[in-house]
Amino acid sequence: MAKAAVKKAASAQAVASVERRPALAGNDVSGPNVKITVLPPAERLSLRAPEASVASLSRALGLTLPQKPKTSASKNGRTALWLGPDEWFIFDEAGGDLLADCAKAKAMHSAVGVSHRNVAFAVSGPGGEATVSAGCPQDLSLDAFPVGASTRTVFGKSEILLYRPAAYTFRVECWRSFSDYVFTFLKDAARDAAV
Amino acid sequence: MSASFRISGKGRLTQARTARFTFDDKAYSGLAGDTLASALLANGVHLVGRSFKYHRPRGILSAGAEEPNALVGIHRDAARKTPNVRATVQELYDGLTAVSQNRWPSLSFDVGAVNDVASPLFSAGFYYKTFMWPKAAWKSLYEPKIRAAAGLGVSPDLPDPDHYAARFAHCEVLVLGGGAAGIAAALAAAETGLRVILCDEQAELGGALRFESGSTIDGRNGWDWAQAAIARLVAMDNVRVLPRTTAFGYYAQNFVGLVERVSDHLQSPDPDLPRERLWQVRAKRVVIATGAIERHMVFADNDRPGVMLASAARAYLNHYGVAVGRNVGVYTANDSAYAAAIDLKKAGVNVAAIVDLRDNPAGSVIDEARALGIEIHGGRAVVRVGGKLRVNSMTVQPKNGGGERTIPVDAVLMSAGWTPSVHLFSQSRGKVAFNDEVKRFLPGTYAQDCISAGACNGTDGLSACLDEAYAAGAKAAKEAGGKAAKPAKPKVEASESWSRGMLGAAPGAGSGTTVKAFVDFQNDVTAKDIRQAVHEGMRSIEHVKRFTTNGMATDQGKTSNMHGLAIAADELGKQIPEVGLTTFRAPYTPVTFGAIVGHARGKLFDPTRRTTTHGWAERNGAVFEDVGQWKRAWYFPKEGEDIHASVNRECVTVRKAAGLFDASTLGKIEVVGPDAAKFMELLYTNPWEKLEVGRCRYGVMLREDGFIYDDGVVGRLAADRFHVTTTTGGAARVMNHMEDYLQTEFPDLNVWLTSISEQWAVIAVQGPNSRKIIEPLVEGIDMSDAAMPHMSVREGKICGVPTRLFRMSFSGERGFEVNVPADYGEAVWEALWAEGQKHGACTYGTETMHVLRAEKGYIIVGQDTDGTVTPNDAGLDWVVGKKKTDFVGIRGLRRPDLLARGRKQLVGLKTKDPNTVLEEGAQIVADPKQPIPMKMIGHVTSSYWSENCGRSIALALVAGGRGRMGETLYVPMPDRTIEVEITGMVFFDEKGEHLNG
Repeated sequence: MAKAAVKKAASAQAVASVERRPALAGNDVSGPNVKITVLPPAERLSLRAPEASVASLSRALGLTLPQKPKTSASKNGRTALWLGPDEWFIFDEAGGDLLADCAKAKAMHSAVGVSHRNVAFAVSGPGGEATVSAGCPQDLSLDAFPVGASTRTVFGKSEILLYRPAAYTFRVECWRSFSDYVFTFLKDAARDAAV
Repeated sequence: MSASFRISGKGRLTQARTARFTFDDKAYSGLAGDTLASALLANGVHLVGRSFKYHRPRGILSAGAEEPNALVGIHRDAARKTPNVRATVQELYDGLTAVSQNRWPSLSFDVGAVNDVASPLFSAGFYYKTFMWPKAAWKSLYEPKIRAAAGLGVSPDLPDPDHYAARFAHCEVLVLGGGAAGIAAALAAAETGLRVILCDEQAELGGALRFESGSTIDGRNGWDWAQAAIARLVAMDNVRVLPRTTAFGYYAQNFVGLVERVSDHLQSPDPDLPRERLWQVRAKRVVIATGAIERHMVFADNDRPGVMLASAARAYLNHYGVAVGRNVGVYTANDSAYAAAIDLKKAGVNVAAIVDLRDNPAGSVIDEARALGIEIHGGRAVVRVGGKLRVNSMTVQPKNGGGERTIPVDAVLMSAGWTPSVHLFSQSRGKVAFNDEVKRFLPGTYAQDCISAGACNGTDGLSACLDEAYAAGAKAAKEAGGKAAKPAKPKVEASESWSRGMLGAAPGAGSGTTVKAFVDFQNDVTAKDIRQAVHEGMRSIEHVKRFTTNGMATDQGKTSNMHGLAIAADELGKQIPEVGLTTFRAPYTPVTFGAIVGHARGKLFDPTRRTTTHGWAERNGAVFEDVGQWKRAWYFPKEGEDIHASVNRECVTVRKAAGLFDASTLGKIEVVGPDAAKFMELLYTNPWEKLEVGRCRYGVMLREDGFIYDDGVVGRLAADRFHVTTTTGGAARVMNHMEDYLQTEFPDLNVWLTSISEQWAVIAVQGPNSRKIIEPLVEGIDMSDAAMPHMSVREGKICGVPTRLFRMSFSGERGFEVNVPADYGEAVWEALWAEGQKHGACTYGTETMHVLRAEKGYIIVGQDTDGTVTPNDAGLDWVVGKKKTDFVGIRGLRRPDLLARGRKQLVGLKTKDPNTVLEEGAQIVADPKQPIPMKMIGHVTSSYWSENCGRSIALALVAGGRGRMGETLYVPMPDRTIEVEITGMVFFDEKGEHLNG
């Protein structure tokens, strides 16, 4: 990217990296039947591409990009959520470099790194569905939203991405500045998750 | 009266489980399972409230949600004081405290009852007539007095300490109403394995089986059958049974609002329990099984305590074991009241007489009553009752006139027939149709995927109700995709059945002006009020309703609508359907604000968005301001500084040394794809194709009409990649605007938009020392002026983490904006601050940012523009690519009125007195001596004290402004008129030398 514009470094000495301070780190909470965990940072990518590029990008990313609405694909710690006919949200919890992998694909696409844009929560336990249903109008039953399902939806007044990696676990992703609101709402909803 | 009216051996409550409570400070005892109403009646208390308008003593009319009279306050503690609770719905718990309402000084002696005597003054429509003159008195006198005198109950005066929960739910079959029909429908649907939700407003499901003594289903008493069926449903995984849950609103596409009362019935609720839970249910099919509501008879003084619905008296007896009196009279126009008389008589209560408006009542219940020795007066009417605080007699007369006979009674049970509850059906936009044979409005044309079953559908008789409801449940399930199942259909072996009755005023309603025969108890509307409305010209029931307020109280006319309609129709000499029925609206019964608000209070009212440096700013004394949902640092006062001192210091420091500012809230969009530049050309007025990679440009975006929509600096990271910034407030809508055009107007372009607003934390470092502050922390970027001129962007590292480093300025000084991935924002800020302090830098907030940009004449979209300002108006002609043939707004810009002379143009203003700071929004005139209203030729858009200029500065939109340079104009204020001179917009460093300073 913009290689032509990056001139030679003015200062040669390396500067020690500053620390990363993820939002809400360590703020886990448990309610009746439900546990809410603030998930560790992950690599995240917003991928846009026409259908013709899907095969090439799938090879580059090492997993088959899902093409059915509300589905996902997961492999080796890397998960792709279908968000639209030309849009995927991909996260890698194994430290893989998503941008670099996409760059290997010759086919036309837009890959934008959004690792720091989102904060993710795991809402797990038998009360997870009730907790998320406090603010999300979608049908989250296992029939309508089975394991592996994903969607871009709302939770109260915040947009979220919702993904179900296991029967009793939801992954909720929201933008960083909404994370306090979403986490507080999840906590409040978890109080009522016994019903 | 302290004697117990509880009859041993009657009812379903356990005698040993007592619950103490107080009503108006007097202690009473009831039983677990009682409602407040049944417990009061068990203690012989009928007088429970005063009416809304006339302050007439009122008792308990019903045993359910339709109750118009028995409204009380329930006080749990200082903060929990709920007004207007229906005593017939409030479940008793040990320690309950109830108070009567709408009376002073006491319930039995209420001064406001003078309204009853003075009632001719308060006739129908009196609000509209009495207080028309003098007009001024409405606001100062009439309205406050009326508001103080009227109104029911007292609002709590402390914040609500309870919390409320909300839940979205989905099911294939939603059954509204848990009476016999609802249960049958739920059973049929549940057997298919589909998701079924069954809700009912009562604590225990069973509906009319609660009071019907003559029903047998599957070999069991009806009530017991219902409880067993509910237990079976509750045990099924696919069924959710919600008692104490009212379906209050039926919205589009089978979206139904239910409110569940979770803890109002508990003595000391677990603090983790919500008070109420709002269920927003989306159902594939809905079965409406809402039953029917008994109507009262309309006759003189029919509101006296002790006068009540026959079915209510029966419920109190058969379910709660309470006799509503010792010597009761019955007044009816249909069979159902006979069953009440029979049950009471069998329980040992004396039934003084049954007065039946029908000439020759005949049938099995009539025979049974006669066999029990009850006097039956056919063809007669109760024309009035005696007693004020409690009924003590009823006066009977042949319905066509004749000799009167007064019979002493302590309660009067009445029934004019049953009104099918079509409220939810009507809310679903279904059209009701009048069935002339049975004189009922019944579900006619359906608008949504629902089925009515049972009494609400006009079906009489338990057996027919169950058959219909069972079929409805099975049909709903089948339509919702359920597998065929053939569960055992409940078999009705004995049942009660009644229909017919009468609508409107009975002979006892009188025709004079003093008789009060109530149609609507809660709003104190009498038969004569309805007649008067017709006499005064109201023709449509909608007009009659509004003129008299009939049906407009919190009970929504559940008992009154049909009577009111019939009286109006009679007076108009028309058929009922010609007069029409008012539309039922949500909510079916009152819903608390708490239930609607749910979780969205306090911190959850709206998201509060904070930047990554928020904590640091807080620790370092920043004062914050709200910018949309964002909290932004406004200024950073030092010890002893007010906002002015702080902002003056910050402004000077940035220009003398440097300043750090958190600009993270700016919207950021990454525009990527082979057609990225082409897309930018179309969305912005500026040219982009030739912008070199690594360079930035200030872009302006228009709406189709040619007015400025947003602005921001855009950096080109690669041939096919732009980093776009937007205003903070415009972040979401600009993204939507771009996406909208991309998808609908330019779908052929290969370009994609991704919001990166929150990916990057943005730290603006502005001022002559800015490069010195950043340079030591940067790797891989040559920051020399030659390598990185003003308006350029580089990618590299800062503090060891990736950065997109922009050289740009919103202050007019040499400046940079350091973008780093958000999780590093605060640490990089701290590193920059450490460097900054070595070079005399300060931190600054939005106020200083505003002043600095105004000193340079940089506009803020939304402050200096208001959606009617073109680039030319704003002095920004240069942003419009002259050679461009297309961009959004290009045609708008050519509209004659946008090219006309004399448009308002953005200019600078200097007050003649440099110390005077204008008010933003102040109007500008050319001649302050002209008569009022003056011709206003513009207004001040931005105004500040500029410490750097040593004077006040302002921007203003002024008609023909740029042609008025040097002119003196005037800003009239309430206390003085301020002289101003029109100037250019740049107040500081006109040549722009500081950008490289």
